Amino acid sequence: MTFSANLLTDIQQIWHLEFMQHAFEAGTVIAIVAGIMGYFVVLRRSAFVAHAFSEIGFAGAAGAVLVDVAPIWGLLLGSISGGFAIAALGRRVTNRDTQIGIVLAFALGLGLLFIRLYPGYANESYSILFGEIVGISWGGVLQTLFFGLVILAGISLIYRPLLFASLDEDVAEAKGMPMVFLGMVFMLLVAVAVSIAVQMVGVLLIFSLMVTPAATAQYLAKRPQRAIMISVLIALAATWSGLFIGFYEPYPVSFFITSIAFVAYLAVRAWDWKSPKRIKPGGVPKTGFQKSRSSKADRQTTSLGSGSS
Amino acid sequence: MQSEIITAEGLAAGYPDNTVWRDANFAFGRGEFIAVIGPNGSGKTTLFRLLLGLQQPVSGSMKIFDAPPRRGNPQIGYVPQRHVIDSDTNVECLELVRLGLSGKQWGFNPFSHKERDAALAVLEGVGATGLAHRPLGALSGGELQRIFLAEALVSNPDILLLDEPLSNLDLRRETDLLHLVNDVVRSRGVTALLIAHNINPLLPHLDKVMYIANGKVATGKPSEVLTSESLTALYGVQVEVLRDPHGNVAIIGVEEHHGDMV
Repeated sequence: MTFSANLLTDIQQIWHLEFMQHAFEAGTVIAIVAGIMGYFVVLRRSAFVAHAFSEIGFAGAAGAVLVDVAPIWGLLLGSISGGFAIAALGRRVTNRDTQIGIVLAFALGLGLLFIRLYPGYANESYSILFGEIVGISWGGVLQTLFFGLVILAGISLIYRPLLFASLDEDVAEAKGMPMVFLGMVFMLLVAVAVSIAVQMVGVLLIFSLMVTPAATAQYLAKRPQRAIMISVLIALAATWSGLFIGFYEPYPVSFFITSIAFVAYLAVRAWDWKSPKRIKPGGVPKTGFQKSRSSKADRQTTSLGSGSS
Repeated sequence: MQSEIITAEGLAAGYPDNTVWRDANFAFGRGEFIAVIGPNGSGKTTLFRLLLGLQQPVSGSMKIFDAPPRRGNPQIGYVPQRHVIDSDTNVECLELVRLGLSGKQWGFNPFSHKERDAALAVLEGVGATGLAHRPLGALSGGELQRIFLAEALVSNPDILLLDEPLSNLDLRRETDLLHLVNDVVRSRGVTALLIAHNINPLLPHLDKVMYIANGKVATGKPSEVLTSESLTALYGVQVEVLRDPHGNVAIIGVEEHHGDMV
């Protein structure tokens, strides 16, 4: 089939093919979930952790293939156990790049071994590493939808506490919020989101859906709900156009998704850089309570010494 | 004239075999402005942790509104020490203030107009209306302190705990913020405890001072506590409180180390 100038006929043409329908359906669920979770991943600076999940998931997926189980279950098992471990160690650990990197490298190595042990490893490993959404079965679409709904339910349940804990950890903790529990639920949701997104873009390109759209959105909106919406829209646009272009061009879909997300990011950065809206103000605002107070305090500009010496 | 809302008797903090300070007795009433001063590591933040219920006393008792401190007490608004926001956090200030009101609520329920109005009202109260839609990461130190103050005040607490809000502020911003806290205390009847290194800029506003050093705590009116006689009596060694003609004080003779003085 060839690309025609009439987009509508093109889309109709693609939609007639069942495997492309499935790819669009699963891709849509994945883009929505990745766009939402990505916002919190970026806000909490957990991008590296998300990447680690996907590579621990890779070991799981390769292991699953070896014992003749669908890779998605291995992905889930790997990334969820990684999520548990990291969440249990506390949020401070999520910033320990070194330890995470060490575990990540080991997981990749393990995955490599599993793949070598499996006869006919080349195709499987390629699709786990770089994604292969075209060809997903109807059952696979339903599976993706199910996990997508679980994530949506989970994130809407913890939305506000998670946002608060992400922005202002100390105050949230003092307010008696269950920080470890929140961190753990968040990590589990990220792990599941990573597992289903790997089907689309693969273990190694996971950032293109989990980080780039959200990072782009943060330049465009200061209100979390709006930023999340923009993040989802970017992820959807990248996924849909990636699938569309990938249908006509003999290059991988993941490449197009990654590139479109990246171009969007570059464009927004360039636009943000050109419009200097982040100017620091000089003046001090007046307070509503403040009355004109001829205070002794105004004389306190020089002090003899500090309260302690 | 005011009933006491925070009381402590024979309070000790730290570990059983290694107290940070002990034998602390104090009582604070509604609408009092109290400065907590003392050297680094003397246990000022520990006092806040006790009040917040994040740490248990070693011995003695402390009551807030006649009940032991508990974690998550909505009667307390808290601004932690070295409270910083990443410079690339592009989330508007109004959002943080709003979360101060409803950040603990589970489930998906979009923010209501009532919350938004409450957040805007408290932002106006701290003179930060213009900051409402600015990204948190773009604020200066003084502006951030105003936003944190709004975040702490939005739930209408009875007690305000401010852990070194003046650090990193220049003299003018320091004076502005102190005026603001004083206005909040007077207009809302909030009891504010403010940890600071330098007592002097606070003196015109204070009702009481809490001096924590070398494992001991002295509490009372600044004119009573900050004298050579009272501090010498407390510590058992010669402590000198010097005053300049403007009323500024300097405390000399208390060593900066843990534990009791010998």
